[in-house]
Amino acid sequence: MTIQAVPNKLISGATGDWEVVIGMEIHAQVTSNAKLFSGASAEYGGAPNNHVSLVDAAMPGMLPVINEECVKQAIRTGLGLEAKINLRSVFDRKNYFYPDLPQGYQISQYKHPIVGEGAVIVDVSPSERITVGIERLHLEQDAGKSLHDLSATESHVDLNRSGVALMEIVSKPDLRSAEEARAYVSKLRTILRYIGSCDGNMEQGSLRADVNVSVRRPGAPLGTRCEIKNVNSIRFIGQAIEVEARRQIGILEDGGAIAQETRLFDPGRGETRSMRSKEEAHDYRYFPDPDLLPLEFDQPYVDALRAQLPELPDAKRARFIDQYGLPPYDAGVLVMERAAADYFEETAKGRDAKLAANWVINELFGRLNKEGLDVTRSPVSAPALGAIIDLISQNVISGKLAKDLFEIVWTEGGDPKEIVEARGMKQVTDTGAIEAAVDAVIAANPDKVEQAKAKPTMLGWFVGQVMKQTGGKANPQSVNELLKRKLGV
Amino acid sequence: MSDPTHLSLAEARDALKSKQLSAVELAQAHIDAISKSRALNCFITETPEFALAQAQESDARIARGDARPLEGLPLGIKDLYCSKGVRTTAGSRILDDFTPTYESTVSANLLRDGAAMLGKLNLDEFAMGSSNETSAFGPVVSPWRRAADPDAKIVPGGSSGGSSSAVAARLCLGATATDTGGSIRQPAAFTGTVGIKPTYGRCSRWGIVAFASSLDQAGPITRTVRDAAIMLRSMAGHDPKDTTSVDAPVPDYEAAVGASVKGRRIGVPKEYRIDGMSAEIAALWDEGVAWLKDAGAEIVEISLPHTRYALPTYYIIAPAEASSNLARYDGVRYGCREQGRDVSEMYEKTRAAGFGPEVRRRIMIGTYVLSAGYYDAYYVRAQKVRSLIKRDFDEAFASGVDAVLTPATPSTAFAQGEKGSADPVEMYLNDVFTVTVNMAGLPGVAVPGGLAANGLPLGLQLIGKAFDEETLFSLAAAIERAAPKIELPQPWWREG
Repeated sequence: MTIQAVPNKLISGATGDWEVVIGMEIHAQVTSNAKLFSGASAEYGGAPNNHVSLVDAAMPGMLPVINEECVKQAIRTGLGLEAKINLRSVFDRKNYFYPDLPQGYQISQYKHPIVGEGAVIVDVSPSERITVGIERLHLEQDAGKSLHDLSATESHVDLNRSGVALMEIVSKPDLRSAEEARAYVSKLRTILRYIGSCDGNMEQGSLRADVNVSVRRPGAPLGTRCEIKNVNSIRFIGQAIEVEARRQIGILEDGGAIAQETRLFDPGRGETRSMRSKEEAHDYRYFPDPDLLPLEFDQPYVDALRAQLPELPDAKRARFIDQYGLPPYDAGVLVMERAAADYFEETAKGRDAKLAANWVINELFGRLNKEGLDVTRSPVSAPALGAIIDLISQNVISGKLAKDLFEIVWTEGGDPKEIVEARGMKQVTDTGAIEAAVDAVIAANPDKVEQAKAKPTMLGWFVGQVMKQTGGKANPQSVNELLKRKLGV
Repeated sequence: MSDPTHLSLAEARDALKSKQLSAVELAQAHIDAISKSRALNCFITETPEFALAQAQESDARIARGDARPLEGLPLGIKDLYCSKGVRTTAGSRILDDFTPTYESTVSANLLRDGAAMLGKLNLDEFAMGSSNETSAFGPVVSPWRRAADPDAKIVPGGSSGGSSSAVAARLCLGATATDTGGSIRQPAAFTGTVGIKPTYGRCSRWGIVAFASSLDQAGPITRTVRDAAIMLRSMAGHDPKDTTSVDAPVPDYEAAVGASVKGRRIGVPKEYRIDGMSAEIAALWDEGVAWLKDAGAEIVEISLPHTRYALPTYYIIAPAEASSNLARYDGVRYGCREQGRDVSEMYEKTRAAGFGPEVRRRIMIGTYVLSAGYYDAYYVRAQKVRSLIKRDFDEAFASGVDAVLTPATPSTAFAQGEKGSADPVEMYLNDVFTVTVNMAGLPGVAVPGGLAANGLPLGLQLIGKAFDEETLFSLAAAIERAAPKIELPQPWWREG
């Protein structure tokens, strides 16, 4: 497949345009109670070396035993990536020495991964949707953690993470900008969280990315790539790609050549630094792990897991468009998190779905973001927001008052309907009362009345005055109509 | 009772049951024998208190009629098996004073069935060797001597040399051993004892220090075929902690010992008649054929065409796995550590100081054959040849053969320092008849066939179908009955 260079994605250098080509290896920690090959807890945190079994510490004579739940999670994830599930896969040993790698090898899958090719649909912006190819997904063990700051002369090792299951999800080099890469990781995280196979928590290291970046002239063959290791936030992924692409373009435009190497991104300095060159790369001496039989299961096993999968984001988005008539972008925003989508559906049930979507996306998400809260911790529950929307639909309160009401429910809690009653927030729909206010404003401002006849946009000023008089409670539609009639505009 | 160490394991079991003997007496007799036999260097660690405590419990159980299958039988445990609370060395300096907090599944099975542990038996370092000369704790001496030069110290074979020597010297009723390329069968053949390597997957590997994971199997060394059957029944069985162990019922192997071999078809592979095979070995093989024929078995010539590639292939696969399995001995978490300026130097110094030359050689071979650029030419090809070797056996068994008869070793035991010092391959050739069995994952048993002219024992090997150890026990018992009775050596080595 040839991918056409998209002009607006190109980076202009001193000597012309460049295209950046990105592929990603995402390491996602599998959500499971126990580690990939031992019964020790896979929970994050814990005092150092408290979640370590004899297997994790590689004591003599210990043997790995596959944790079936991790296998199921990998299959579920593969299904979520629309990928080929390999009914037979093989665990290999990747050999290297490091103190946080007790066995002296990492058990991984090299030639025969559990999941093969798949695809992820990514919405980069409201108007742009791309498909990113998945090369493979395989299971592997995480390493422990070296601690160098506890002593001036010694290093320490915490093996709590040693042996925790990771899924390495490898994309094809289908990404063409930092923005696409960010959107891809974000979408992947959404899928993982829907499936429940990874919590996607980048701060705790549950999701890490190795980013492969190369640049080329549009239409030219792929350039030499550099791999930026272990980038641990979506923002940093974007920054790392941009500075690395610029670095490579700078070298090439100066007549230099890119050396294939592994680099580290330093967010503080906003630069990537060489970690090791291709020549220094380890020879991992991969070979099939003789302690483990090939991993085999049958199609009905996969089918049963497929049958239990929740509705995934793409399907949910399509359903929201179809069922609720939402614009695709709004539907996409609502399905980003399963809990948010559920919140929306609960709010929209039996109500104007578009109005509900607007309220969820604009008011609720806005406020949640501001407070750094997750939707599951929203002080305004879905039924409460539903009640607010009902009050709008029934013309009991205006949209403006509804925002005030939302604020009250957010900060103080309580039943929206009762609050409106108790605080007299009800919209005035009594035409008599509104008419009196309109008449009063007209009578007090004869000069403005003259102006308005020549300039009908003055109407807005009158509306504002009437609303002021009625404490914001007058039905704006009635005010408008009355003013128009009385002013003759 | 005269000397309880002269009983077979089965006889001792029966004597305990009929209360002609107490478990404490039996244990004490062996403890005394061990303490007078240190010249043989069979044990790395003796655990007399442990054995006596177990014997006391056994006597109590026997008294209340609650005896388990191996109640009160004192055994030696190869020091490759991790023993809870007892220093475990694998014959290496690198483990230093490592004391496991866990018991290997196989030794736990023996203890569960009432056996007593006398101590941890010497072995080649990490089970790498065929003469027990690579042990960091010094070579083991065989109780056997050559008629012509009784002063030469004869090797007991390897890597389970402590096991074979201790059983032949009557220091224990039986011993655990392990076999990666012949490490049970060759030492058994060298010492006139019986050793069986069961089918790969028959015994759990959990808690046994790994040498080459796809080849390693636990098994017993004993003085009789019946004793081996009794021990294996307790050792074998499925273990959820070893995914390569097989979930199949363990038959009553002892019942197979007396079974008739009439009508069994025995294959004799022509490729095992190797160049330069001594007339004595060839004659022993012919005798074995005759004994089985006399017992009613049918002999057929078979072909195992890939036999000649087995040894080189083994010396690619086993070191490859070993190089990775031994990476964990890095000085970080347990065992010895030599200080270095940085972590790389610490690794280098620790592993240089901790591993002996044979282990270092195999780690280097293994690292080399797995390296980028060599992997396909060595490791991948070796795996292909391995499957051809397995197919040879599959075809032989499919043609109606029940078992295969071969010599166990190409020669009798040799003296310390006689082999391999100039060329390690000379030592590796000891495994020429045994490695094929590990490569194919099949069961193999070594059984004494008589004495050579030099006064040292010779052994025959029977190879069976996967998980058909019963046929091997019945055939080995037939050879045992027919072969000239071997008198184990008088204890010339005893002190005091």
